[in-house]
Amino acid sequence: MSLESRIKIAKRVAQELSDGDTVNLGVGIPTLIPDYLGDKKVELQSENGILGMGPTPDEENVNMDLISASKHPVTLDVGASIFDSSDSFVMIRGGHIDVAVLGVLQIDQYGEIANWAIPGKDILGVGGAMDLVAGAKRIIVASMHQAKDGKPKLVEKLTFPTSGNGRADMLITEHAVFKFTENGAELVEQLSDLSLEELQEITGAPFTYQDSVVNR
Amino acid sequence: MSKVIKRSELSNLINDGDTLLVGGFGLSGTPFTLIDELATLGKKDLTVVSNNLGEKDKGLGILLHTGCLKKAVGSYFTSNRDAVNEWSKGNLEIELVPQGTLAERIRCGGAGIAGFYTKTAAGTKLAEGKEEKEFDGETYILERAIKGDVSLIKALKADTKGNLVYDYTGRNFNHVMATAGKTVIAEVDEIVEVGELSPYEIVTPHVYVDYLVMNNYVKIGGRYVVAGE
Repeated sequence: MSLESRIKIAKRVAQELSDGDTVNLGVGIPTLIPDYLGDKKVELQSENGILGMGPTPDEENVNMDLISASKHPVTLDVGASIFDSSDSFVMIRGGHIDVAVLGVLQIDQYGEIANWAIPGKDILGVGGAMDLVAGAKRIIVASMHQAKDGKPKLVEKLTFPTSGNGRADMLITEHAVFKFTENGAELVEQLSDLSLEELQEITGAPFTYQDSVVNR
Repeated sequence: MSKVIKRSELSNLINDGDTLLVGGFGLSGTPFTLIDELATLGKKDLTVVSNNLGEKDKGLGILLHTGCLKKAVGSYFTSNRDAVNEWSKGNLEIELVPQGTLAERIRCGGAGIAGFYTKTAAGTKLAEGKEEKEFDGETYILERAIKGDVSLIKALKADTKGNLVYDYTGRNFNHVMATAGKTVIAEVDEIVEVGELSPYEIVTPHVYVDYLVMNNYVKIGGRYVVAGE
């Protein structure tokens, strides 16, 4: 069920990507996306220093010095390049990445992201999360609609620590697609057969919608 | 003059209390031989700047069992439970830095720049205590440069002058760390004569590199394993 939902989210995110986009994929659901791009050619950027990251190699071609940011062995697409960490973040922070697809712990109604720390737990890892939030041209959040404990990911106000002042443009869950503007969240598509009321019940923030997008 | 030294000379190049810049992302581009040597030296109060502290019992992870570390500066420590445990027991200070900010702080350290303003982490817990400044309507925070007493670098190949080339993503933090240490020691799989490396392929020019040490590991099936003395 969960994998099915995750694949559904990955497929819907894939629709948002365009031929030629330079894309950085975060951990979790975003890593499923390359399987659902069809004929689209996107340039995958990996923050440890790859532009043009390709699929997983056969076992005999593994080189643990050619890995993804998730530390899995990868290959290079034709036309790929390798660069060092500081250049990689020139790309990320400097606004040269078209789309970052990120997971979240929480996201608020204006698209503010919390994706690195859980209150009350040790804060010992951040990686490139804050750099991507600060610098990507467009941020798509790919996430299950609710956390494992059933709490909504989309909330009025973050209770988890923020990842910065950057804002997501879009949230895609197994149930819905939301867009974010300075006026708040707008439901632009329902992806499951939940009624509007049922969707509102499992969502932690108000959202607007056009009648045409709502399940009847 | 050759820059090639034996790993045993590391003892004279690192002092108690030093700040070490150590290349690697996960275990990729990690100077395993130099770390193995360091683990035997009984040094004290070292600060290690590295993206992460290796993995459990691998790479920098082995230093957690030797009592030589006072502090770690990096972006991701949760992938090594030992690091988390040592921190929670109060045996290890940790300074958490966003990955891009870490790379740029080191770059500035090597480039003679005292600090820089970045949007990354502005408004977050990691900005606490840092100067904020508005530029063009956006909030930036001041981040200071990082310099090291000694940089421990892993490259694929060197020539005897110390020019370095890297193995794919093994480059990661290595190049920038080679610019920011007072003493820079590079561990390499192969040392060739000057002239054998193409100027096009050299990533780290020799001016940054003081010493070369041969890797004690060999790569089999894409993974480094101990070659034996």
